Amino acid sequence: MLTPVTDADGAPFWRYAAQGELRVQTCADCGEPRFPPRPCCPHCQSFASEWRRTSGRGRIWSYVVPHPPLLPDYAAHAPYNVILVELAEAPRIRLVGNLVSGPGAAIDSFSPDRIRIGARVQVVFDGDGLPQWVLERP
Amino acid sequence: MPAVTGIKDATAIVGIGQTSFAKHLPEDERTLACRAVLAALDDAGIAPGEVDALASYTMEETDEVELAKAVGFGDLSFFSKIGFGGGGSCATVAHLAAAIAAGQATVGVAWRSRKRGSGPRPWTNTAVQLPTPAQWTRPFGLLRPADEIAMLARRYLHEYGATRDHLFNVALACRNRANQNPAAVMYERPLTREMYMSSRWISEPLCLYDNCLETDGALACVVVSGERARDCRRRPVYVHSAAQGLPAQHHGMVNYWNDDPLTGPAWAAARHLWKHADFTPSDVDVAQIYDAFTPLVPLSLEGYGFCGRGEGGAFTEGGALETGGRLPLNTGGGGLSEAYVHGFNLINEGVKQLRGTSTAQVPGAATCLVTAGEGVPTSALLLRN
Repeated sequence: MLTPVTDADGAPFWRYAAQGELRVQTCADCGEPRFPPRPCCPHCQSFASEWRRTSGRGRIWSYVVPHPPLLPDYAAHAPYNVILVELAEAPRIRLVGNLVSGPGAAIDSFSPDRIRIGARVQVVFDGDGLPQWVLERP
Repeated sequence: MPAVTGIKDATAIVGIGQTSFAKHLPEDERTLACRAVLAALDDAGIAPGEVDALASYTMEETDEVELAKAVGFGDLSFFSKIGFGGGGSCATVAHLAAAIAAGQATVGVAWRSRKRGSGPRPWTNTAVQLPTPAQWTRPFGLLRPADEIAMLARRYLHEYGATRDHLFNVALACRNRANQNPAAVMYERPLTREMYMSSRWISEPLCLYDNCLETDGALACVVVSGERARDCRRRPVYVHSAAQGLPAQHHGMVNYWNDDPLTGPAWAAARHLWKHADFTPSDVDVAQIYDAFTPLVPLSLEGYGFCGRGEGGAFTEGGALETGGRLPLNTGGGGLSEAYVHGFNLINEGVKQLRGTSTAQVPGAATCLVTAGEGVPTSALLLRN
């Protein structure tokens, strides 16, 4: 499976994720959250930022179910789901992830037939610190 | 200071050329590029030594030096490349039109050569960071452009009540036109609703027929001033208006991180395009709309103002995109059924319509919209004869 190829702006996200925290880069001056991370705030142009912890709750905004041709590691799990989660605290930030049956479960562990746009989800983390999502009310 | 006159009708496309299209062509991309460019110059009746401007895509593998020394161009005074894959197609002509109108060049050639049929799929190269924020998407299995657009497509269907039948209408119109075009890869391959609905998934909700072809081929066109165009071999097709579009806080094909992901670059390009045009969407006789994936068409129909927001699906009903419909679309077969060469075939087909030489000619066509890829920083042309 592909692991995140991070850059200087994105590295803090993955450091916090490895600690089991979902944090979002936020302007330290005007308080505007932004994603993906970037050097300065498009709202007030400040270069000062902090990483604000979120509740890790959100709703499914959309989802897809990929089928082959895919990279071999992913083809082995196909069809699997990829969901887009609107964060409760910042609706315009939508994180790509997988809806799984529980922390560390495979990307094909949750049946695509049961996925609904609007469903409430909660972040969990796998052993490598990759964010995953489970239904808030399974 | 004289008033700024802009580029309206200042330049014209006077030559078009293409190779054959196939899943596999034996010649390499550089050879195909040379053939398409020389065919376009021959069509225009202009010698290679007169060319002084070039424009292509950043993804084009044959660079200016290789092309110029192979086909025998003169001294070049302008050359540009446009990024963002299929979003750059119309911008190649737009850059040449602007350069020629500004006096920076006199004869411009735009081209695209690509062995996407027999060559590698770009998304399989995991060592290269694609021009998308890959760390946020690829580990989760959102790997291909089809997956990235399917995400927007699912939301589009959900939010507006559009259906797979609407996407089928797009695929069918393109296939029907390809069935009239002997140069199209799908010339002899009709499509039915049953084939569409029972085909395999690529990325749900998109099936096989929602995806463009994978094609080897090359195309080119020649742009000169309107004055020069009158002396050329073919009827001039004027560049009436041209625009690029990169809206604020847009994120490329994964445009998931702003207030309104369903209004993309088409909206931004359209604002500039229509502002500088003498006519409106209702005056467009025929359209060539970038169709790497079927959902890009309803999104573009909305963005370019042919219908209201959320109405792009319904717009396709009742044969609207077919010959004789409200807006005949992709009359050579488009990327879905003629050839997928990053949308350059849509430019050349627009020229054919305004010359009156399309294999699915719209009678008396006088205006044509050509668009580049929606969902990435894009571009568009309004052509007239």
